[in-house]
Amino acid sequence: MTPLALARPALAWIAAALTALAATAPVLATSTPAALASAPAQSAQLDPLDSPRWEDMRKAFFEGATVVFDERIKVVGPSVAEDSLNVPVTVDASAVPGVEELIVFADFNPIVKALRFEPGAAQPRLGFRIKLQQSSPVRAAARTADGVWRVGGAWITATGGGCTLPSVGSGSPEWQERLNEVNGKLWPRLDGGERLRMRIIHPMDTGLAAGIPAFHIEEIVITDAEGHTLSRIQPLEPVAENPSFTLDLRALAPGARLHIAGRDNNGNRIDAWVTR
Amino acid sequence: MRTASTPLRRTDAAKRPPAAGSGAGSAPARAPAGPIHRMARAGERMSVVVQRLSMPGRVLAILWTCLLLLAAPTHAETFDYRLQARELAPGAWVIVGLKEDFSFANGGNIVNTGFIVGREGVIVIDTGSSKRYGEQLLAAIRRVTPLPVVLVVNTHHHPDHFLGNQAFPRETLAALPDTLAAIRSEGEGFNANMYRLNGDWMRDTEVVVPTRALAVGRQRIGGRDVELLALGGHTIADLVVVDHDSGTVYAADLVFHGRTPTTPHADIPLWLAALDTLERLPTRLWVPGHGEPTPDTRALRQTRDYLGWLAQTIRSGAESGQDMTDLFQTPIPQRFAGMALAKEEFRRSVVHLFPAAEQSVLEAQRTPTPK
Ligand SMILES: [Zn+2]
Repeated sequence: MTPLALARPALAWIAAALTALAATAPVLATSTPAALASAPAQSAQLDPLDSPRWEDMRKAFFEGATVVFDERIKVVGPSVAEDSLNVPVTVDASAVPGVEELIVFADFNPIVKALRFEPGAAQPRLGFRIKLQQSSPVRAAARTADGVWRVGGAWITATGGGCTLPSVGSGSPEWQERLNEVNGKLWPRLDGGERLRMRIIHPMDTGLAAGIPAFHIEEIVITDAEGHTLSRIQPLEPVAENPSFTLDLRALAPGARLHIAGRDNNGNRIDAWVTR
Repeated sequence: MRTASTPLRRTDAAKRPPAAGSGAGSAPARAPAGPIHRMARAGERMSVVVQRLSMPGRVLAILWTCLLLLAAPTHAETFDYRLQARELAPGAWVIVGLKEDFSFANGGNIVNTGFIVGREGVIVIDTGSSKRYGEQLLAAIRRVTPLPVVLVVNTHHHPDHFLGNQAFPRETLAALPDTLAAIRSEGEGFNANMYRLNGDWMRDTEVVVPTRALAVGRQRIGGRDVELLALGGHTIADLVVVDHDSGTVYAADLVFHGRTPTTPHADIPLWLAALDTLERLPTRLWVPGHGEPTPDTRALRQTRDYLGWLAQTIRSGAESGQDMTDLFQTPIPQRFAGMALAKEEFRRSVVHLFPAAEQSVLEAQRTPTPK
């Protein structure tokens, strides 16, 4: 015998009505965002990442150019940034033939643009680490010879406090002595190409912290031993401290080495060789 | 302007946001449990009461139930962690937390806390994730014994292990010296992060740094034969409490069980060495920092197995030229599939541990090359 079995009809009605009312409440609460999300697309250019900043991004980077969203342009990274100062991302446009230039930007970063990459003799694919001020789309845009920009990206949740303590001993005399030092290595790839990984010692200051001016690497040029330019990377402030880069180049002759040259925005030079 | 010879340098403190780190790592905030779930729970509680009432009383009670269904206080709204103390052996108690990340739904109840009841007093091992947790832990102790709390230890500086300190007398709070220093320097950042992750459960929670530095070794505390061990590897300092009277070891976060170990401040070789030390202890019962206690060393062995695999995976990834995003794709071996949050914690650990592995591989190339 349950208590409700004893209830009079009127009471049962009240109970039923109240229960029904209660039951509909969560449905109403959740139906609003669902309805918004399923609204019919306004145009082919509706941002798949649904960022309120997209229109600003489009104006800033692609005004006057043709720009399309393209799922073949990938940004691979964590969905949640564990360390907001070191968020690993790999931007990959290798599914699109003929990419001449890649740019990477994060809509909600105080400095939006993170990097420009001319792959040249490398795959249009670059691994590096970005600083994120808050949750943001991280996007890659790839330009082909016809001038069309193809854009892909992913939301990365960064909670500001989501940073672990980095173990970088910068600020020390050793850091100053090692500024722009390159530590790199080449690995043969199974597909016959060559993988280049390198880490360059540099604070990559954004200029947004009080009293600390922007101080960052602005160009890295990778050439072969004969002096032919293979690839060019132009990092900006949002690239993480002591930046590391991963590139996949075409096959090199056994024993070949690569020259890494470049400079930061204060004119300090980068000049190093990398071997297997 | 800077020059090459005298680059201006900011201090790290000026630039870095507070560290998030957390006992179980940090996580995005999740929505609280849905209303339907809550109502069911409130209904269950009410029906027990209703059966004992007279007919008019029943009518009122049913109406009251219906009203409560609309505005049911949930354990999330009453902020009741529902801590259940379990006696593993005479005088050796544990409160086992959920094998989850911090969330609005669990309020940070993801950690194991413990207490040992001696003839003269109580030793408390970790105070939980918030002021409320600490208060409810003390209430759980009071349901078991009226004896005074004589010692409260924070096993390490992760926030789910010390943010309940407010509930206990200041003079009873103690930790290893490096833990005190770490709470002092990182505690506020952790606390801010915990408010973000756990929401209102954290209300009024403040960092209380223990004043006493613990003396390690075997000693009588509260009339109990206990041993304090200073180890490390999960963090800079990890305290283990051994209750020799019952053969129980409170291993804190050096041992995880059925829940993937977290590594925001880990030194894996040191951690593995600590596990070797622990395995030699003549104890029967093991209380991990997260996950179910065990009557044998299986939790310890699981932790060691996972950490060994993790370190090896990251090292060989760095040596073979992989980047972090390549490592993210590593399949988790089947033997770890049953551990909660395996995929999430593995990715976090890659972020924590890969940069050092990468640096050592790349700097091994540091021989000067001809220009
Ligand atoms: Zn911990």
